Amino acid sequence: MIMFFSSPSDVKNNGHRRFFPYCHIILIPRGVSGHESGGITTFFARRFHHVTDHSCAIIMGSGDSTLSKIPNVEELMEETGFSPAHVVRLYERFQALDKSKKGQLSRKDFESIKELATNPIRDRIIGAFFAQGQEMVDFHTFVRILAHFRPVDKNRPKKANMQEPVNSRTSKLRFAFQLYDQDNDGKISRNELLQVLRTMLEMQVTDEQLESIADRTIQEADLDGDNAISFDEFRKSLEKVNIDHKMSIRFLR
Amino acid sequence: MRSLALLVLAAAVGEAAALGAAPARAPAAASLRPAREDAEEAVAVAVAVALPRSADPAAVEAAGDEAHGDASSHHQHGGGYKIVQWEWSYVQTPYIIAIWILVASVAKILFHFSQRVTTVVPESCLLILLGLVLGGVVLIASKKQLYQLDPGLFFLFLLPTIVGDAGYFMPSRLFFDNLGAILMYAVVGTLWNAFCTGFCLYGMKLAGVIGELFLLFGALISAVDPVAVLAVFEEVHVNETLFIIVFGESLLNDAVTVVLYKVYISFVEVGPGNVQTADYFKGVASFLIVSIGGTMVGLIFAVILAFITRFTKRVRIIEPLFVFLLVYLAYLTAELFSLSAILSMTFCGIGTKKYVEANISQKSRTTVKYTMKTLASIAETIIFIFLGISAVDKSKWAWDTGLISCTLIFIFVFRALGVVGQTWVLNWFRLVPLEKIDQVVMSYGGLRGAVAFALVVLLDGKQVKAKDYFVATTIVVVFFTVMFQGLTIKPLVKWLKVPRSTNRKPTLNEEIHERAFDHILAAVEDIAGLNGYHHWRDKWEQFDKNYLSKLLMRKSVYHKGELWEVYQKINIRDAISVIDQGGNVLTSARLSLPSMASRTSFSDVTNVTSYLRENGSGVCLDLQVIDPVSGGKLEEETETHHLLTGNLYKPRRRYHAHYSRHFMTMGDKERQDREVFQRNMRSRLESFKSTRYKGKTRHKKERSQKKARLALVPIDPVVAPLESEEEKSEDEPEKDDDVGITFFDVYLACCCLTSIAVPGTLEVCQSPAVIPPSPTCAEKHLPWKGGGGTLPVCVSMETTKIIPIDLQQAWNQSISSLESLASPPAPAEPQHPRVRTLVQLGLHLFLHLHYLCVSTTRMISSKATYGIGHYTPVMSHEKHRFSLNTHFVVKLRDTGRYHTLKQHCLRICWLNRKAEKTHLP
Repeated sequence: MIMFFSSPSDVKNNGHRRFFPYCHIILIPRGVSGHESGGITTFFARRFHHVTDHSCAIIMGSGDSTLSKIPNVEELMEETGFSPAHVVRLYERFQALDKSKKGQLSRKDFESIKELATNPIRDRIIGAFFAQGQEMVDFHTFVRILAHFRPVDKNRPKKANMQEPVNSRTSKLRFAFQLYDQDNDGKISRNELLQVLRTMLEMQVTDEQLESIADRTIQEADLDGDNAISFDEFRKSLEKVNIDHKMSIRFLR
Repeated sequence: MRSLALLVLAAAVGEAAALGAAPARAPAAASLRPAREDAEEAVAVAVAVALPRSADPAAVEAAGDEAHGDASSHHQHGGGYKIVQWEWSYVQTPYIIAIWILVASVAKILFHFSQRVTTVVPESCLLILLGLVLGGVVLIASKKQLYQLDPGLFFLFLLPTIVGDAGYFMPSRLFFDNLGAILMYAVVGTLWNAFCTGFCLYGMKLAGVIGELFLLFGALISAVDPVAVLAVFEEVHVNETLFIIVFGESLLNDAVTVVLYKVYISFVEVGPGNVQTADYFKGVASFLIVSIGGTMVGLIFAVILAFITRFTKRVRIIEPLFVFLLVYLAYLTAELFSLSAILSMTFCGIGTKKYVEANISQKSRTTVKYTMKTLASIAETIIFIFLGISAVDKSKWAWDTGLISCTLIFIFVFRALGVVGQTWVLNWFRLVPLEKIDQVVMSYGGLRGAVAFALVVLLDGKQVKAKDYFVATTIVVVFFTVMFQGLTIKPLVKWLKVPRSTNRKPTLNEEIHERAFDHILAAVEDIAGLNGYHHWRDKWEQFDKNYLSKLLMRKSVYHKGELWEVYQKINIRDAISVIDQGGNVLTSARLSLPSMASRTSFSDVTNVTSYLRENGSGVCLDLQVIDPVSGGKLEEETETHHLLTGNLYKPRRRYHAHYSRHFMTMGDKERQDREVFQRNMRSRLESFKSTRYKGKTRHKKERSQKKARLALVPIDPVVAPLESEEEKSEDEPEKDDDVGITFFDVYLACCCLTSIAVPGTLEVCQSPAVIPPSPTCAEKHLPWKGGGGTLPVCVSMETTKIIPIDLQQAWNQSISSLESLASPPAPAEPQHPRVRTLVQLGLHLFLHLHYLCVSTTRMISSKATYGIGHYTPVMSHEKHRFSLNTHFVVKLRDTGRYHTLKQHCLRICWLNRKAEKTHLP
């Protein structure tokens, strides 16, 4: 579907929120539509959803600078489901975080986010961005990790050949699970649980109390009696929770 | 008083109906006089029965006057002191109120007799119908409707109870998660409804009545009513999000309604011609002040209330009172400044709950909960009955079919349009968009109720000439929405397959993981540079933790941590449910815990570990920590002492009368906790018994074999008498009953469990393999080893609870002391390791036995204790006090104990090794 912005005034560009910067003609792919994908576009995309059956193609305006800088941006959007506006916004954020301007983020860059300083499980979340043995994160990985938290879009068509989307219930749970499972053995052991509890509760409770909480938690979830929580058990213990709701954030445009 | 006087004694009305009206009054009064004279002759009963039966209230008053005359005349002929007096006017008001509440409550009981009716018809409908019937009776009785829902009564007493309950028990997380949507519907939606309905009615009826009045009517009819919504939606059980949006809207739209109502009233007063444009701005400003001011008043009272409850530690008994008073004061104060009282009360409840609940005691929490629910339920009942009664009043009615049908259509259409439009806008911003079926339910759930009715009654008939029309229309609208929509919403929800709510408490897993999710989301928002909802929520929680909670919570509570509270709550819930199943725990070996719903597939009872684990969650109750009463430990010690010395064979429960009005005995809690613990222990023993039943026969066999061997082996003369004694004591339980053996099994099992759980003893227990095989020794060890083998390897978590790891130290110490006792007199060095093993095993056994005996005092009947023979004296002569976990170790070091320990251990030596007679004391 083709949309024309008749004048540049349609384009908000105040540095924080942008509708498609510099775009004049956009072909909205079916895959990108979703209510988070941006103001007016979404509206039209929703209205005429059934009409569009194009392959994913986005025609950039001549003035676009940001998107064209990112390599393989279409693939990235296809994979993560982010709209161009999201990608641009995230890219700006990425560059703002990237103090060394190498196009990669190190642990230090993450740790320098001052809002993060009070978060008790900060280290674990930062760790989740780094694949095993890696020291740096490039933009694609950064976006892919964040895409876990994209809300599930129901009207996005399922392609037969596509693997599970990164923001599915299972992968959201997998992400949370891996925050607990630090040694990557596929199980949350009592010790791992204790560590998380200790960081989350800080110094409010005694060790003994923590241990009884951990014991009880494992008892509750442990189905096969190995005194640890496997991923399946983890999923089962949370099956009544609306994960799509609780593990999603609204990405601003 | 004015409003209260409107209530009437229903019974009197009923009787009056039988008597007829005005013409009957004179005879009624006449018949009264002889009755009174009877009373003079002290036939009290006749008066008491005759008077209320013979007159309606008006007649009562007339009779009262006459009675006064009578009284004075009686004075004249020296009546003197009256033995029984009729004091109706004195008790009238409270009496009538009490009777009304009684009628309402009994009506509720009656409704719920029939399960079928109440599942189909909402209670509110039934109550309105009952009200209609009662109203009809009153109308027939007195030819004129005396009673109706009085706005003063409604706004000052009935509404606050409902709103207070709603605000205090509002799920705050859910509320704030959806606050945007709620505010949108409450403000924009209500305004939209008010204006559209008003203007359309105005358009429909250009002739006749002036415009502002229709706007006024539109304003009061447009607001969704919290009472009606609560009454209907509570029975429908739609999912939480949907409920909180509709209900939150009904609460928060109060500000809009109040302002619109007041603005229009003032417009009516000054006359529509004199309204200037500035007045419209004043209206907007007034809205802001009323809503924000109301909220602020509520929050201020919330802080005050939370702060007060911080210091109620010594006056626990009046804690609930503070909650009611301050929440109610928040309402009244807002009314005082003509701010939005409902907003004030709601936010007071929401804001204060977290801190108050943390501060007040468990009992106060329960009291607050039940009192609030009771009051709210009664208020709701009365409101609906009175709505019914008020409807039966011809004098106030002015039927206008056009107006009524138009209003009905308009409010329905505009509600639907408004919801769809607003949802469309909201879904741009919502994480979870509201689906179409949600929108249908929301439009359909826009119920109008008592608030609208009370407001319309409040109108001044002189200024608003169409008041009667409005009253009639409002009543019809209210009835239609509550009865028709209330009746059909359940089938509608079922038909649309709206996701229902599951009334389920979150498990510990969910609590922990959701907490983690919150942190994760906040972190991700920070990383992605979005200042979204989670970011601000995280900020607020930081602020709350660092400042607010510190200010408003007790120190002890503040340091406890929320998760710990949750953990305790879940544990208590489990424990209570276990106890509730009381008999079942003992008879059937099946235990189901509600919070472990995910594990219901675990029906395999024979699996010891699974059963243990399931069963043991109660044992995990670290009960001593739940309520750290000062001096709790000391108290517990004495308690245990009592248990040991006195309570062993006595009925355990003792009732203490409460003499003090101001304090509750603190021991209650402790005792209760102990009961929980003991029950658990008992069920555990039972489980062992049932699961190890098969093994028992084998044990028997082995033991009898062993006995035979003992008898055959040539015995040293010194040992012989002892042995026979030993045999006797072992013999009897076997002939006698299973109990002893079972118990033996139990502690064997425990022994094995511990040997796995406590690494220090591991080698000791396995040492028979290392020991040079002696037939008797091996024989003796076999059952224990066998016990260990048959038990599943996996050890339940609780075993570590039963025997604290730190016991090891004590073990080592006492063992070494025992060794020092045992080894010097024993010259046979090569036998030493075996001796040591046995000594340790004996000690081991003893510890378990002791522990079990203490914790399951009640279970161990004299027989069972006898079954384990010579251990009994050790127990019953024990004069030491010790607590279950901590003091155990200390007391072990006591010299007094060593004596018995030594005896015990040496006895085992005698049994196994005939040669060690030197060890005899």
